[in-house]
Amino acid sequence: MARLALAGMETEEIGASVTTVAGVDFVCDPMGALYCEADGLLVVSDLHLEKGAAFARRGQLLPPYDTHATLKILARVMDRYRPKLVVSLGDNFHDRVGSALMPADCRALIGDMARGRDWIWITGNHDPDGVIGLPGTVAESLAFAGLTFRHEPVKGAEKGEIAGHLHPAATLRRREKSVRRPCFATDGDRLIMPSFGVTTGGLDLAHVAFRGLFDRTRLIAHMIGKERVYPVSYEGLKG
Amino acid sequence: MKTPSETSGDPHPPGADLLPAAFRRWFAEKGWQPRAHQLSLLEKARDGKSVLLIAPTGAGKTLAGFMPSLTELAERGRKKPGTAFQGVHTLYISPLKALAVDIERNLMKPVGEMGLPVTIETRTGDTPQGKRQRQKLSPPDILLTTPEQLALLIANTEAERFFADLRYVVFDELHSLVTSKRGHLLALGLARLRRLAPNMQAIGLSATVADPLDLRKWLVSQAEGEAAADVVVAPGGARPLITILQSEDRIPWSGHVARYAIPAVYEEIRTHKTTLIFVNTRSQAELVFQELWTVNDDSLPIALHHGSLDAGQRRKVEAAMAENKLRAVVATSTLDLGIDWGDVDLVIHVGAPKGASRLAQRIGRANHRMDEPSRAILVPANRFEVLECQAALDANYINAQDTPPSGDGALDVLAQHVLGMACAEPFSGDALFDEVRSALPYADLPRETFDRVLDFAATGGYALRSYDRYAKIRQRPDGLWRVANPQTAQQYRLNIGTIVEMPMLNVRMVRKNKLGSLGRGGPVLGKIEEYFLEGLTQGDTFLFGGKVLRFEGIRENEALASQAFSMDPKIPAYAGGKFPLSTYLAEGVRGLLADSSEWHRLPDQVRDWLEIQHEVSVLPRRDQMLIETFPRGSRFFMVAYPFEGRLAHQTLGMLLTRRLDRMGARPLGFVATDYSLGVWGLDDMGEMIAARKLDLQALFDEDMLGDDLEAWLDESFMLKRTFRNCAVIAGLIERRHPGQEKTGRQVTVSADLIYDVLRSHEPDHILLQATRQEAAAGLLDIQRLGAMLRRIRGHILHRPLDRVSPLAVPILLEIGKEPVAGNASESLLAEAAEDLIRDAMQA
Repeated sequence: MARLALAGMETEEIGASVTTVAGVDFVCDPMGALYCEADGLLVVSDLHLEKGAAFARRGQLLPPYDTHATLKILARVMDRYRPKLVVSLGDNFHDRVGSALMPADCRALIGDMARGRDWIWITGNHDPDGVIGLPGTVAESLAFAGLTFRHEPVKGAEKGEIAGHLHPAATLRRREKSVRRPCFATDGDRLIMPSFGVTTGGLDLAHVAFRGLFDRTRLIAHMIGKERVYPVSYEGLKG
Repeated sequence: MKTPSETSGDPHPPGADLLPAAFRRWFAEKGWQPRAHQLSLLEKARDGKSVLLIAPTGAGKTLAGFMPSLTELAERGRKKPGTAFQGVHTLYISPLKALAVDIERNLMKPVGEMGLPVTIETRTGDTPQGKRQRQKLSPPDILLTTPEQLALLIANTEAERFFADLRYVVFDELHSLVTSKRGHLLALGLARLRRLAPNMQAIGLSATVADPLDLRKWLVSQAEGEAAADVVVAPGGARPLITILQSEDRIPWSGHVARYAIPAVYEEIRTHKTTLIFVNTRSQAELVFQELWTVNDDSLPIALHHGSLDAGQRRKVEAAMAENKLRAVVATSTLDLGIDWGDVDLVIHVGAPKGASRLAQRIGRANHRMDEPSRAILVPANRFEVLECQAALDANYINAQDTPPSGDGALDVLAQHVLGMACAEPFSGDALFDEVRSALPYADLPRETFDRVLDFAATGGYALRSYDRYAKIRQRPDGLWRVANPQTAQQYRLNIGTIVEMPMLNVRMVRKNKLGSLGRGGPVLGKIEEYFLEGLTQGDTFLFGGKVLRFEGIRENEALASQAFSMDPKIPAYAGGKFPLSTYLAEGVRGLLADSSEWHRLPDQVRDWLEIQHEVSVLPRRDQMLIETFPRGSRFFMVAYPFEGRLAHQTLGMLLTRRLDRMGARPLGFVATDYSLGVWGLDDMGEMIAARKLDLQALFDEDMLGDDLEAWLDESFMLKRTFRNCAVIAGLIERRHPGQEKTGRQVTVSADLIYDVLRSHEPDHILLQATRQEAAAGLLDIQRLGAMLRRIRGHILHRPLDRVSPLAVPILLEIGKEPVAGNASESLLAEAAEDLIRDAMQA
């Protein structure tokens, strides 16, 4: 996986792309995080921590390494930007009991990362009760710097909504070939974050779930490549 | 059931006194004789032996297989009401549901006519729940079923009682059952049956195979001192009359469609009653079907049959076939194996048959009467296929059929079985290990590997032991392993089996209304692989179910399509059904190339092709591998001719380009077919060989299967698909969860991501080991590649040329048809991003 490999590399070159949402400038990092320099704000979404354990509880013994892997990438992003505030946009854990039952070593990793900064855990549909026993504040949504942060995008919401939930991915077609990658999706008024968790899948931007959320003439998919983020206009995806 | 011979002769053939009176009367009434092999099998079975019966199609194989059971049941008499529970007496296992149903029908007839006190029932995935329950409480004497149902039955808590009285298990089409993971699961099931019913005897029914010893061993325990099963060989019937299609039209250099031959094929259909047309892939089936209808001026009833079509549609075709209402059916392997379909008087095989046994099987379809020869026509789609067809034809005459070896037992299958056995009853690790080792595919399984599989079944087998509290099976203080909770057994039952489908979507036909929006509720035409549909955009056309369809989009879990009027569709690029050239035929093709005295049997144009090759280059001896180097355009080519099949060539291509790169030859790409392998690059490889800068012996050294292979495998996308199969079979990823249907889409996405996470955190995990093992055996054909590299050591013949040779033309024509994977996708992304920047700068 590109992000896993990237997190293990020593390179300091960041192939991020830039975007503006409701007048606020952001960089879209190839690790899947969004950063606002002006406010020292780092946004991640849909971590789905303890997904393996959630499945194991139901009798499907998926590898127990997903939390470590996701946190390793997150730690790398933290080192890179050293944000003042971290907003995790919901579905932080894959199920309701995930945060309570998380092994101590993973809990400690988050503790280390949260030291000296604010952390807001937005609640999602997978973890509506918020997180238990972790530093930071639990909230349903957050208004900050003229932007609104919530888990699920709301149709007809005011300009400046940053949301997650949908795990956007874009399919680029050129000459009979196609490439599908997770992406940051934005039309300048709203931005939907890619999912950050290493075992989370994607939903194509053409899917009906995205209908009515974006002005498609201005929609840009910031597609996550191996070491860079590639901005491609929605119209340009078809080639 | 195939009718026994009607020849009358000696009224008391040896062994006939083994038959009960009812049988002798029945044979006499019919004016028939029991056949020698039927009696011989009966005699050996009476001696308590397991037996393999090798017989060509139509030899009364099925009746022979049931003879020991029927005679014994006849003597036992009907069960008296009120007597104790009696377990099943005979189990019959067939690879196909339809075959089990067919056998029931055919077996009922003589049993009824003889008035035998025998109950016969089928049990398949289609059997209603109520009937299944009843069968458990009151089993029939003879149960006809499939490998998957056997796995379910032995995993049941009642298995011990159900199988306690089992006397015989009959495996039909054994040669086709043993070769896959399905065969591995079945071998484990047989091992369990041996334990439940120690007096049980196994009877295998098989078409002619080159080496029956494997099958004879498969039937019995591998414990020390066990002899292989006895073998009975039935005499062969009339030789089939097989020809290669004679066509005035030019035989193409490459491709797989055989469009040139369609008028000739149509002519054959016109002059026969019923023709079965076999092809190797579903996309070929679609194309041939469409091409036939474009020339079908007489509107003959010609139908299409392949595995992606809606089941109802397939049943209709089968029924019409049985009633002799069709003149021709274009079919893939779904119509394979020994099912009777009406009066077929001609089999046409389009494309190369790829394996001699597959060819025999398909031709056997034409005619089940032993004494009349079957008629078959082979239609090669390109020139190399002409050679292959000729080799297949030779193979059929000498009856040397090949079946792939059964191979080492897959570990994912073992994991599934271990869980099933825990569902049946508590087991001790030692006892189960011995039982598993008694199955042929697992005879050499090391204890350490078994223990790791057991650990996997219990807690996932991870080095990080965080799932002990979620264990599916647990070792209790008495040392026995038990299922941890009832849900585990339920999950097991929902996810059994070794056949993992590619994620597929239903294709639903919709109509566009006047406003251009789509209506609802048209018929479902069948299923297509999701990856193919994902490559389509609205408005693209493709061929499916014999229609040209226009893709309209994906709604929920269905692909919507409307009628298209385009004549030039995109063709479904189905993944399934591409068999590689079999080892046996490869040998035949090499032999034919080397021996010009045999060329008179080939069509003129193919002979000319080889003769020109002989003049401008060379034809290798049977034991040699030819390498040609030549420039073409701005590139330099190296073409090798190993004839080892596409899979082995692809692997060789990957490894060779790595090595050439290291040796400084700057290769750019390669392409592989069943016959040859072409590499191209920026440097003149011929000159490098001449200047001793490139050593061919070193380039083709077997050591490439060491580090180079490991390094390549680690970055290979091919492993992901294999991993998904292993993960599903081993139960790591569920096909279905109790109370919830999981769509194929969800399974694929997570399997890839799970593979990445597991590989980066625990590369030695047992499931990754199973994945590599399977890829090496299947997708990569490592074994065959290794054997080839050993074979050609010291026998590489290099011929530098100024230009392309006739033999190299077919492979050069393949360049550009194969998709390019890997880094190409990154450059695609970069290009699109630049488009955006350019647009932005213009604005």
